Amino acid sequence: MKVLMTEYLRIDLDKETWECRVCNHEVGSAKKSYKEGLLVYNRDPREIHPPIIDPDKYRFTFSPDPEWVRILEYYCPKCGTQVETEYAIPGHPPLYDMEVDLAALKAQWSTREEVLEPVRGPEVVLGAGHGH
Amino acid sequence: MSETIMPSAAKTPSAEEIALIKKFLSDTTLFLGPDPEIMRRHDLMPRSEDEEEAIRQDNDVHTTAKIRDRVQAGCDEGFEMVEAMGAAPGAKWGDVITGVYTASGDLAIASAGGVLIFSTLVHHPIKFIIKNWMNDPTVGVREGDGFIHNDSRYGNVHNTDQSMILPIFWEGKLVCWVASTVHEGENGAIEPGGMPSMAETSFDEGLKMSPFRVVENYEIKRDVLTFLQNSVREPKLQYEDMKVKLFACLRIKQRVEETLRTDGPQALIATLRLTMENVRAEVIRRIREWPDMTSRTYIIQDSTLRENCVVKINCKLTKTGDRLIFDFRGSSPEFTNRATNTVLAGLKGMIAQMFLCYVWPDLPRGQAAFAPIEVITDPHSIVDCSYDAPNSQSLMSIFTGFTAAQHAVAKFLYSCPEKYTKVHAPTFNMINTFIWGGVSQHGETLGNLCADLNGMGHGARSDCDGEPALAPIFATMADIGEQELNEEEVPFLQLVSKKMTKDAIAPGKYRGGQGYTMMVATKDSEQWGFMTVCQGAKIPPMQGLFGGYSCGAYPLCKVKGVDVYDVLLNEPDKFKHSIAEIMNEQPFEGASYTTHHMGMGFEISKRGEMFMISQGAGAGYGDLLERDPRAVIKDIEEGLISEGVAESLYKVKFDPLTLAINHEATRALRDKERQDRVARGVPFAEFVKSWNTPKPPAHLQYFGCWGDNVGTLYAGSPDITRDANKPKPNYMRHPKDVRIDELEARLVELGAMGDEKK
Repeated sequence: MKVLMTEYLRIDLDKETWECRVCNHEVGSAKKSYKEGLLVYNRDPREIHPPIIDPDKYRFTFSPDPEWVRILEYYCPKCGTQVETEYAIPGHPPLYDMEVDLAALKAQWSTREEVLEPVRGPEVVLGAGHGH
Repeated sequence: MSETIMPSAAKTPSAEEIALIKKFLSDTTLFLGPDPEIMRRHDLMPRSEDEEEAIRQDNDVHTTAKIRDRVQAGCDEGFEMVEAMGAAPGAKWGDVITGVYTASGDLAIASAGGVLIFSTLVHHPIKFIIKNWMNDPTVGVREGDGFIHNDSRYGNVHNTDQSMILPIFWEGKLVCWVASTVHEGENGAIEPGGMPSMAETSFDEGLKMSPFRVVENYEIKRDVLTFLQNSVREPKLQYEDMKVKLFACLRIKQRVEETLRTDGPQALIATLRLTMENVRAEVIRRIREWPDMTSRTYIIQDSTLRENCVVKINCKLTKTGDRLIFDFRGSSPEFTNRATNTVLAGLKGMIAQMFLCYVWPDLPRGQAAFAPIEVITDPHSIVDCSYDAPNSQSLMSIFTGFTAAQHAVAKFLYSCPEKYTKVHAPTFNMINTFIWGGVSQHGETLGNLCADLNGMGHGARSDCDGEPALAPIFATMADIGEQELNEEEVPFLQLVSKKMTKDAIAPGKYRGGQGYTMMVATKDSEQWGFMTVCQGAKIPPMQGLFGGYSCGAYPLCKVKGVDVYDVLLNEPDKFKHSIAEIMNEQPFEGASYTTHHMGMGFEISKRGEMFMISQGAGAGYGDLLERDPRAVIKDIEEGLISEGVAESLYKVKFDPLTLAINHEATRALRDKERQDRVARGVPFAEFVKSWNTPKPPAHLQYFGCWGDNVGTLYAGSPDITRDANKPKPNYMRHPKDVRIDELEARLVELGAMGDEKK
């Protein structure tokens, strides 16, 4: 059975591996951080959040300061999908953001049907409301 | 040599002596400060004998549902009264909560709208009243009494928020409490508006009302009222809103008494208790459905509102079985002389708000929704500050703590088959608005804020974009106010308002909802000024989700040496409607154009000088290369993004004149970008070798743990560390002294200091 864990990742409970949901690439052991099986790129945040006001004239420009923060982009090594981003202080060790208790996950899903398409949750619908 | 006298072995006191000592200590308490027993507990009080008896007598679910709905309607009625009659902008635009509390002080049923952060906060002062005043012969709690409170250390977000608390008696017996809480704003603090960033001690923060009686026989006591009015800049506001809150409480009381008459006190007491217990049980059930996992994240505050620095909010969220534990250890130490600290209860309240608004919005509003969830912190940290630390800008830590929690929780929710909302990226978390104060065009002294803080951009969801300027993270169903109405009362105009700030984006497969531009200029007063109290001019205060990006950074821009009203009158074509045009084109000759971080202390402004900011965008969700090209074009058409930025980021090819999409070229561009990613990306193991450093960078003033070593906290430098469990003072220098030192060093370098005597 496979469990959809994020927009781009699932866990194969039998193989105990993280997989890319876009290209089915086996990313790595589900006992470790999925990031260990991905590629990382250290992005200058100004490339994503472009300066709105002239950086030659002004100290603050609407862009994050590249000396203060970087964007770590994590890519699937096979299909190049951007699986996660991390706004990181320069040099700060990457986060182990999803440390899964695999045995508990297996036990939990042993009584559930496999979910093949992500459950999105309820829509917000306009109520009749009330007036005065 | 003197002889050392050894003390004789201490005698163990008898039980009688111990009782005598205890009585002596309780009879001679010097000062009833915030009670840790009350302040550190957010779970429900144990069932009382009265509650046990009531549940034995009355436990019919239909009766419980009927009474709950009646009480809920009463709370909502009180809420609407406050909104309709309140004088404070916070009251008018929904920064309010009303509620009914059990006799033990738990908030059982709160108004559906308003500031849900209050739902797990404002029970603390009631419990203080119960513990300390109920049986105190000099105080007591009687029918017709009303108590006021605002000091966050006794249970509140910050000192702008004032509560009116009434006990409800039935046949001589206390059956419950009702209360109304409003963000009043002005409270006599060192800066107008009630939440000063300039506060360096708790004594700079204005009124510090521990809970005390201000109403007798349902009438406000004029002597106490006069003292309070005399302590703040807006005597009219103080009086008016105390009356408004009192009458809202009386209306809720009326509804409660109607229930008492029809169903009796047992049924009401049972309903309040069972409502809470059922919600608590349901929360545990829902947590059990989450995957057992640990999620880690951190959010950065890039300033103390006085200076730029790097302040870490560290969050590890662990779910095991039916236990959910938020562990904030490793977050920055508290600042001894900066106002951005929060008491622990404020952080808990905000996380509760996150669950009630963004995760389980179907649950009845009240304390129970957060009751079984656990929180761990370091003592004297920025998210669990000490009694002495100033906290008038607690919102900075409450909101970044909220975002850390929201980001961590999203990673648990995705795999759950049972969902009550859509998984979504963090919503923008800063109160990008203008706080204002001074003397109005009517000669009144005022101090408050624009309700634009309520226009935070919403985080993108798992299948659609975030809504622009949707709602504040601390409230549901709040409004951003009508500037035209404000202008009748305040002497400034918003020259540009509610116009989306182009290219201030949070990209993703689904983008975050964007924020809008605000440009203000004083017009009809020579004694009027502004403040801004936000972080995020250098580092975004959020993280993106599942490959989406956070928002960018948001500065404050000033244009001085201009009277924009003269420009509008004489040369209107020179005026521009965007920050980008005004700052880049500099259309007003002779004016000065400057940018700043968003922590502007109160500054008196001259007529026609411009202050310009933007509300922020919620975070993006998913890989931006998966964004539907048509959605990119729609964003261009709606002025959210420029053509160049859209093309370079989203890799969309379109005709610049017609905006017609070239789908084939777009596909090719995106395929190439994916190949480029694979080419430029570095395997993780190799990347961390060159990226990871053992300490924070020397060029940043960094506060908090580094990596996972939560036992060691950095305090402003890679060379200054402390044990997380051994708090020490953490003083910041005055930013002007820091600047003077920098400038003097440059003068010395240039040999321009002369022979100035030291």
